Amino acid sequence: MNDFAILCLIPALPLLGFVVTGLFGKHLGRMLSGWLATLATAASFGLALALFIAHPDGFGAGAGFDGKLFDWLPVAGLNLSFGLQLDPLSLMMTLVVTGVGALIHLYSIGYMHDDSGASRFFSFMNLFIFSMLVLVLADNYAVMFVGWEGVGLCSYLLIGFWFTRDEYNAAAVKAFVMNRIGDLGFLLGLFAMFTTFGSLSFGTVFGKAAGMASGTPVLTLITILLFVGAMGKSAQIPLYTWLPDAMAGPTPVSALIHAATMVTAGVYMVIRSHVLYDLAPASLALIAIVGLATAVWAALIALTQRDIKKVLAYSTVSQLGYMFLALGVGAYSTGYFHVFTHAFFKALLFLGAGSVIHALAGEQDIRKMGALRKKLPITYLTFLVATLAISGIPPFAGFFSKDSILAAAFERSPILWAIGVFAAFLTAFYMGRLLVLVFHSSSRVKEGVHPHESPWTMTVPLVLLAVGSIGSGFLGMPAVFGLPNFISDFLAPAAGAYESHLGSGTEWLLMAISVVVALAGFGLAAWRYGPKAVVPGEDVDMKGPARWSLVKFRVDELYEAVIVKPLFALSSWVSGTANDRGVDGLVRGGAGLFSGIGRLVRRLQTGNTVFYLFAMTLGVIVIAAIAALG
Amino acid sequence: MGTITLDHYVYLATALFSVGVAGVLIRRNILVMFMGIELMLNAVNILLAATSAFRGDSSGQVFVFFIMLVAAAEIAVGLAILTTIYRNTRSIDIKHYNRLKG
Repeated sequence: MNDFAILCLIPALPLLGFVVTGLFGKHLGRMLSGWLATLATAASFGLALALFIAHPDGFGAGAGFDGKLFDWLPVAGLNLSFGLQLDPLSLMMTLVVTGVGALIHLYSIGYMHDDSGASRFFSFMNLFIFSMLVLVLADNYAVMFVGWEGVGLCSYLLIGFWFTRDEYNAAAVKAFVMNRIGDLGFLLGLFAMFTTFGSLSFGTVFGKAAGMASGTPVLTLITILLFVGAMGKSAQIPLYTWLPDAMAGPTPVSALIHAATMVTAGVYMVIRSHVLYDLAPASLALIAIVGLATAVWAALIALTQRDIKKVLAYSTVSQLGYMFLALGVGAYSTGYFHVFTHAFFKALLFLGAGSVIHALAGEQDIRKMGALRKKLPITYLTFLVATLAISGIPPFAGFFSKDSILAAAFERSPILWAIGVFAAFLTAFYMGRLLVLVFHSSSRVKEGVHPHESPWTMTVPLVLLAVGSIGSGFLGMPAVFGLPNFISDFLAPAAGAYESHLGSGTEWLLMAISVVVALAGFGLAAWRYGPKAVVPGEDVDMKGPARWSLVKFRVDELYEAVIVKPLFALSSWVSGTANDRGVDGLVRGGAGLFSGIGRLVRRLQTGNTVFYLFAMTLGVIVIAAIAALG
Repeated sequence: MGTITLDHYVYLATALFSVGVAGVLIRRNILVMFMGIELMLNAVNILLAATSAFRGDSSGQVFVFFIMLVAAAEIAVGLAILTTIYRNTRSIDIKHYNRLKG
């Protein structure tokens, strides 16, 4: 088989899995559906790995290969083809999506084993993997948009997976609607792009854009519109509030879609379009500011949340902000590096949280956990690894990727760096708080609940992801360590090369500060929530800033008041007053007019034959008179 | 006693026609109304025959034959309808026929 055939098989296998488990799930049973779905994803991973091994040098100097599957929309001047492209960036992303995806599928077999809708769950998961692969492997923006919408749909379906609960459906709708706002920006960006370049294919667009001057207004417009799409998908300010609510879905969904893969689609899209962004400094500045603001804002909210998944959700929003900060300062491969490491440790955190929730029979409130490290040793150890990784403690993966971002930010401006370090401190604090409250301190588990370690299908993915959380960082070590930076070198043809110009002394100093700050955050958390367990009190105990953090700065309420309520009022006015009185009034008025005329004229039709004859004669006489006189 | 001119025929026809119209408008009996209609038709026939004779053009008389033919046919159909209605209403009074109103 040639490379292109293998490439086509990569998304085809999960699609097949979706069709089979979706159509025949009831006959296959939960276990078989789960194993089939896992197998399909794992096989995709195997094929991607084979391609990776076959091209260890990242396709040499070329940027990979692409091929057309079929003509999709040959209309007038628009000729869209459905094509797939493999280059270092899409290959790396495919490996993450299928690799982490396969582990999460495996985990789900254990997690969903007593859910009657498990077959449906697995078919949606496979559909998600397929959509994500279409997004990643697309060779033009239109096909990418298909995947983009596909993952949005799967996100909606899986957030509302337990559809009998109203608030879960509301969360699903919220996620979908907020994503639509972003998608509108993305679509407008595509329209502007097509008007400007006459094509949506990556090669043509980037080729033509390369000849344009930096700062051309139309490029700035296109890139900002595309970034609006990324804001929605990757939960950046102001469109981030759907992601915490999306935690209504089953925990593996949170791990796969709302942490490791789908939410990084925005980051991926910006890296993919880096040729355009390089020519639009204003857009890059906007991305850096939005990313940094999101990183700090979400971290502040995460400080006081009580739901284990909500803490992790805000942490995801915050980490996505970091990624955009990296993109905003032009360090694309560094941004991708964080996507890569984050996929491991954040998926691990969510799966660990899922394991805890599973052990406590559905309990998600960290005030009702505590001292679980002896009961759940594997979960504890892996969760610890992930916590250290996300907090930036060397030598875990998050340290290298976060530090590279901070170094790149420092090179642009020390202010960006200082705010980034502050966010890192907050990250270490809230992750330390979570770890202490869940696994250490004293047990506050409800009576009658007996925590138990999860089955092997759940612990094996935890261990493998923990290995990834430790190992993945070494693939992109900063230059000062004197080791090759594999990620940066591999991605260079697709994502542009990024050279750090910092002196090695400065870089060591920055690293030292990061580590000290992270340790300080941990220390503070351990002291605040440590042995003398000050468990977060009831809502009334919280005062001042802490209370603001607890209520999420009332952003949801603000949106409710400023956007949702007026829109509802407008809708009810349109459906009530405007429709009933305006449109219906017009129709009823017309009908009334004619029935009124009818009532009037009907009086002539008496049925009295003599009257008719009289009228006829009179008419004849009148006509004759007119004829005689005229 | 003077000669009979075309005017006399016109007067006769007008008088006959007026009698016919009055009969149709005033009487309620459907049979009498039919007779009124016949009077009107024959008034026209007289007028046609007279003008034809005075002008020495026989085509007017041909018209008369046609009118008589059509009138006969109309009466045949009309009486048939009338008989049917009578069977249903047991009346030949026109005011009872408003049941045909849609």
